[in-house]
Amino acid sequence: MTMNFWLFMIDCILCHNFIFSRFLGNCPFLGVSSKVETATGMGLAVVFVMTLASFFTYLGYYYILVPLKLTYLDTIMFILVIASLVQFVEMFMKKSLKSLYNSLGIYLPLITTNCAVLGVATLNITSGYGLLQSVLNGAFGAVGFLLAIVLMAGVRERLESSNIPKCFKGFPICLITAGLMSMAFMGFSGLVG
Amino acid sequence: MPKDENKPSLRGVFLNGILNENPTFRLVLGTCPTIAVTTSAINGLGMGLAATFVLIGSNMVISALRKVIPDKVRIPCFVLVICTFVTIVQMLLHAFVPTLYASLGLFIPLIVVNCIILARAEAFASKNGVVASAVDGLGMGLGFTLAMVLMGCVRELFGNGTVFGLTVFGGAFEPMLLFVLAPGGFIVFGLLLGIINAISDKIAARKAAEGGTKA
Repeated sequence: MTMNFWLFMIDCILCHNFIFSRFLGNCPFLGVSSKVETATGMGLAVVFVMTLASFFTYLGYYYILVPLKLTYLDTIMFILVIASLVQFVEMFMKKSLKSLYNSLGIYLPLITTNCAVLGVATLNITSGYGLLQSVLNGAFGAVGFLLAIVLMAGVRERLESSNIPKCFKGFPICLITAGLMSMAFMGFSGLVG
Repeated sequence: MPKDENKPSLRGVFLNGILNENPTFRLVLGTCPTIAVTTSAINGLGMGLAATFVLIGSNMVISALRKVIPDKVRIPCFVLVICTFVTIVQMLLHAFVPTLYASLGLFIPLIVVNCIILARAEAFASKNGVVASAVDGLGMGLGFTLAMVLMGCVRELFGNGTVFGLTVFGGAFEPMLLFVLAPGGFIVFGLLLGIINAISDKIAARKAAEGGTKA
């Protein structure tokens, strides 16, 4: 089990990275990655929400929807759970992490529409994961997201001062950088057989 | 109905979504499906049409309910409406085009969190009439579809040597697998964005020059 645990962790963070190989959560990845500080905050908020979301959506799916035979309502249930969790995180941050709350600003509500969170909930169900595995998948997947967004922010801080053709400034050069990083992450794919 | 109201014409609303405010290339919204499912032109088309259906439906319902929905809880209400339409699309695709359903997979339920749809609900449907909202949904949806098909064609052409499954290059062409893999999606999207920026800058510059000579 311990071996599997480490393998699962590496698989989630490096091999099946949410940004670079599953293409989930690209909007915040491109939108909030201009500074390392805000990127870290956003990443941490996503870690928190995704772990909790995996836990609650699992419970909701198997203990409410399945007994009632309402599994076709899964997407609606997931999005409601995620929206209320995000609201909770926002209230918590506003109360006790004022500076982080101010710097994340408008991006916090956007976690609701972060497809990585809804994606992980759906993936957990379609892959048939158990409760523990779902929570770990959510947590490590989000750590992978954190890693990707912080790396990207580091690169973008350097891009600010470099000489790029005018039409490639902003999003285009970001996407190309992300493509190169994604190529680097493909190198990890052999780690877990 | 009086025609002289101070609002944009339906034609303007329709074209706005396709050209000026193309959701993918101008607003850079909904990047996840753009990169993830455009490994072939047909997948791009399927995804684009599914999103178009959801956009039209949700725009119409939200616009019809815009006076009933309280301002404070509007976002959850919008999401519920969108979610309903996504579930409908999911069931329809599953029943009638199972192969497309299988290849789009996870990204069908994820239409719910496609920023374009919520953005249009918030920016347009909650302020305009039902007909205008439907037209806006159609325009935006087709703009998105167009972008998806373009991405799909480029990636399929270089990554597989085909477009919509038809062979374009002869047998001597060695497919560049990279284009259909993850990095290709990011890079093609980045390059297309750059090219479109360059073209629109040129057009803007020409328009400015023409305006200058006329004045």
